Order: sequence, then C-alpha cells, then structure tokens
Amino acid sequence: MEGLLPDLDVIRKDFPILERTLAGGVPLVYLDSANTSQKPQVVIDTMVDHLERHNANIARAMHQLGAESTEAYEAARDQVAAFLNAPSRNEVIFTKNATEALNLLARTIDLGPGDNVVITEMEHHSNIVSWQLACERSGAELRWFGLTDDGRLDLSNADQLVDEHTKVVAFTWVSNMLGTINPVTDLVALARAAGALSVIDASQAAPQLPVDVQATGCDFLVFTGHKVTGPTGIGVLWGREELLNELPPFHGGGEMIETVTMARSTYAKAPHRFEAGTPPIVEAVGLGAAVDYLRHIGLDAIHRHEQAITAYALEGLQSVPGLTVLGPLDATERGGAISFELAGVHPHDVAQVLDSRGIAIRAGHHCAKPAHARYGVQSSSRMSSYLYTTPAEIEALIEGLHHTRSYFKVDG
Amino acid sequence: MSTDLDALYQEIILDHYKNPHHKGLRDPYESEVHHVNPTCGDEVTLRVHLADGVVQDVSYDSVGCSISQASASVLTDLVIGKPVDEAMGIHQTFLELMQGKGQVEPDEDVLEDGIAFAGVAKFPARVKCALLSWMAWKDATTQAQSEGAPS
Repeated sequence: MEGLLPDLDVIRKDFPILERTLAGGVPLVYLDSANTSQKPQVVIDTMVDHLERHNANIARAMHQLGAESTEAYEAARDQVAAFLNAPSRNEVIFTKNATEALNLLARTIDLGPGDNVVITEMEHHSNIVSWQLACERSGAELRWFGLTDDGRLDLSNADQLVDEHTKVVAFTWVSNMLGTINPVTDLVALARAAGALSVIDASQAAPQLPVDVQATGCDFLVFTGHKVTGPTGIGVLWGREELLNELPPFHGGGEMIETVTMARSTYAKAPHRFEAGTPPIVEAVGLGAAVDYLRHIGLDAIHRHEQAITAYALEGLQSVPGLTVLGPLDATERGGAISFELAGVHPHDVAQVLDSRGIAIRAGHHCAKPAHARYGVQSSSRMSSYLYTTPAEIEALIEGLHHTRSYFKVDG
Repeated sequence: MSTDLDALYQEIILDHYKNPHHKGLRDPYESEVHHVNPTCGDEVTLRVHLADGVVQDVSYDSVGCSISQASASVLTDLVIGKPVDEAMGIHQTFLELMQGKGQVEPDEDVLEDGIAFAGVAKFPARVKCALLSWMAWKDATTQAQSEGAPS
C-alpha cells in the first residue's frame, strides 16, 4: 500500500502496549488514537529516568537536582518550540491540557458588551463552553460558522459573521468527529482582516500534520500532550509573545510574579506569567521526548501514513451494508478519525461487540454534541488510526463490523 | 470470547430492544423527568401516573443503546400496576443486582425479565445504561409523591 510508513514493523515495536492481548487471548487492535494515543518506549523511559535520577522542583531549588530538573523542563519547552516552529521559546506555555489552554484564553482576553466571538459548529466542547462562559460573563455575543451537508465549514456568510466587533475567531484545525481539515490560513486571514485574534485548536492536528505556527499566521494555538504520544496532564498554549505579555495573569501563585507585597504584585513575562505553582514537570519532560520522537519520524511521513490508512478504512467501511460515514469521504481532505453510523445497531453496542474481539473504538458524542445534532445523529461510533496502525487492523475492524451486524441480526 | 458478550446481550434484552413495551409518552401523569447519561448522550423522558398508592402508568420516550432501551421496557413491565412501595422495593433489588459486579444472584420472582441484566453488572461501563430509566422513574415517582402529599 502506497504512503505507509516504511518501517511500520519497527515503529510498532516502539509501542510496548501493542503487544498486549485482551480477554480471551485476542490481540489488541487499538483504533482510538484520536481519544488518546499510545506511548512509545522512549517517552516512558525518559519519564522514568527523570523520576529515578533527576527529580526535584524546578526554578526554586538551589541544588544540583534542582538544576537538572529545571534544565529538563526548559529543554522540553525548546523541543515544543521546535515542534511548532515557534519564533521564541518564551511563547510556549505549559498547561494541564488543551482545555485549560483554551480556558486561559477565554478568561484573559478582554471582552465586553458589543463585542463578539466567532466559533464553529464542529468544535469540541472545550472550544464551545469556554467561550460561552466568557460571553455570559462579559456580555459579548457568541456566533458560529455552520456546517455544510458534506461536513465542511459553511463560510458563505463569513462576511456577516466576522465583523468590526469581532474580538476572537476560534476554530479547530481538524474536527475530532467529522475528521474535516479546515482551511486555517483562510480563517486566520479572515480574523486578521477584521482586527480579531485567531485561536486554533490543534488537538487533532498536531498528532498528524506538520504544525508551523508561523506559516498559519495565527495569534494563538493550543494542543494536548497525550494525543501526540506524550503523557496526560500536559498541554500547550502557544501565542505571539507580545500578545501573551499584554494578557492579564490567569492563575495567581508562585513563579508567575516579579515581586509580591501584601498590597499588590507585579507579574513575570510569558511563559512564567501563566505557569503559576509547581507545573507538571515530568509530564513536560515526557512531552518533549514525544514531540522529538514524532519529528524524528517526520510529520509529513506520518501524515502520508494517516491518509493511506484513512483511505483504506473509508473504502472498507463503505463495503459494510447500512453503514454511513459522517464527514468528508475524500481521505485527502480529512484526518484519521472516522465517525460512522451502523443502521439498526447503537454505537455502544457496536463498540461492545468490537471490544469482545479486541478492537478498541469510541462510541458516543465524542464531546461534539452540536456537530452530532447538526446531522440529526444522537451519537456515533468512531475509529481513529495513528502512525502505528496497520492495514490488517483496518481489515479486522471491517470484519468485526460485519460480525456486529450478524450478531444483532440486522436484515435478519 | 463471546460467552461474556452473550451474557450481556441475552435474547430477552434483544427482544425488548427490538419490541419495547409501554413506549411513548401518555396522559395523565403527575410528573415528568428528563434524564441523560452525559458520557454517552443516552436520554430518556419519563412520565409517572400514580393513584391510590399504585403505579397506574409509566410512559417514556428514549434514545440510546440496546441495554438502556431494553431496561426501560422491563422497568415498565415490572412496576406498572404495583403498589408504589412494592415498586420501590423492585427498584432497590434491581439496583443491588446492577451494583453487584456480577456477584449477586438475581431473584426471578421479583425481577422477572430483569434477571437478564445480571450479565450487564460485569461491564462497569454499561451499568449506567441499564440504570438510566430506573433512576428517572425513581426521581419522577418521588416528585409525584411530594406533589400529591401530604396526606
């Protein structure tokens, strides 16, 4: 199959969990990577080594371990800056996850009555609810781009939606439900032309596409560590340095100050301005190893692999009677998450039967209820591949779906 | 590998799923509740009609998986026509079965078709599916009683 990673067998050996068998001795077929990715040995080893040999608090311990720990944490910032092609390491802020990064922006960007924020109907709940809360607090108006029948953003009314009162345009790069890859440079240009800030949710893009913040021209971009083969508990907010330093602090606490008196404090510049308290140190170190691992393999090569697997999956899924794919059917226009409905069988039941065969997928609304509602769907099943996914695993899924239909006696 | 799966998807459950009993919203009713399972989006709107200390009717509209749909159907079979106190006792028995991690032996005299859900208790992720309509029924019944009370 063209486009697959050339050393797929070697890559799979990097991920120890892929050796696992499940109840009944069946091998694991992990097709839930858009939910969380599996972790390569190098990430696991780097985190263990840090905890075994270098553990100390950062930036405040005046001893050798403190220096080593600080160096490892700050090295992770450099690794992430390189991953994003950020002009400055000071623009990389470590957060708990992408959700916290989005909430940081929604909490600190100044909004008021008469302003508006524009999002899209295909956002993850984290990029909807955080802005709903910001608009309720400030009196700003929330607007959104609708979706076309074939799962793309409807930009036909862009000029009415984004106007001179728009303060923020926030959108996902790759939809976690529909898989759609959005035209980010066009959306950034639209925001810039209106004098609004652009915010990109790259949670689903960062694992599988080259993300270059300078090429997108955006103002802010967020992603989460655990979907890029890193650990949970660590996310990233990237922002233009001058913009970050204009935002007020988010959390108050240690390490985010210049000086503190009982009456008032002055604040450090980014990134420390937004990293109050002891951060997730070993998680950041693990994330650094993860993004280096992905860069070593190459995001272009990973993207080609995902497209080849996605095309193969789309073809296979459409061979299953009664199966409807939600979102674009052209693999070149979408990421590696494919949501679908199987007539006569609820997604939970699909996932349960597949699980009994060792196949892990997600079932539910995938934290994208509005996008489901748009297509009149209550919930869906979702398979999602990654750099370690093989064509044989896709074949196991398709076979499992045929079996699911016969198990539930669809069509008798 | 399919023994656990077959224990989960008993024929009784699949029968109730395909042909649910007492489905649809009806009048009269004293209380109506809407419950959701936030993790998966399963939803039920359920009405309770009580009179003379007896569950006269339970009607519902719901979307969800086979387990949640069959469970609503079995619930209505079990509680409609029963004195409220007895129905609450059945509720408690079903709850204990579901929370028993597969270790509780179901009592067919009390639970009838409800014993088919014994296998569900071994699947922690699905217990909430089985309990959705039962929790809605208890909530609606409590509301109906407090409206009808005090007497």
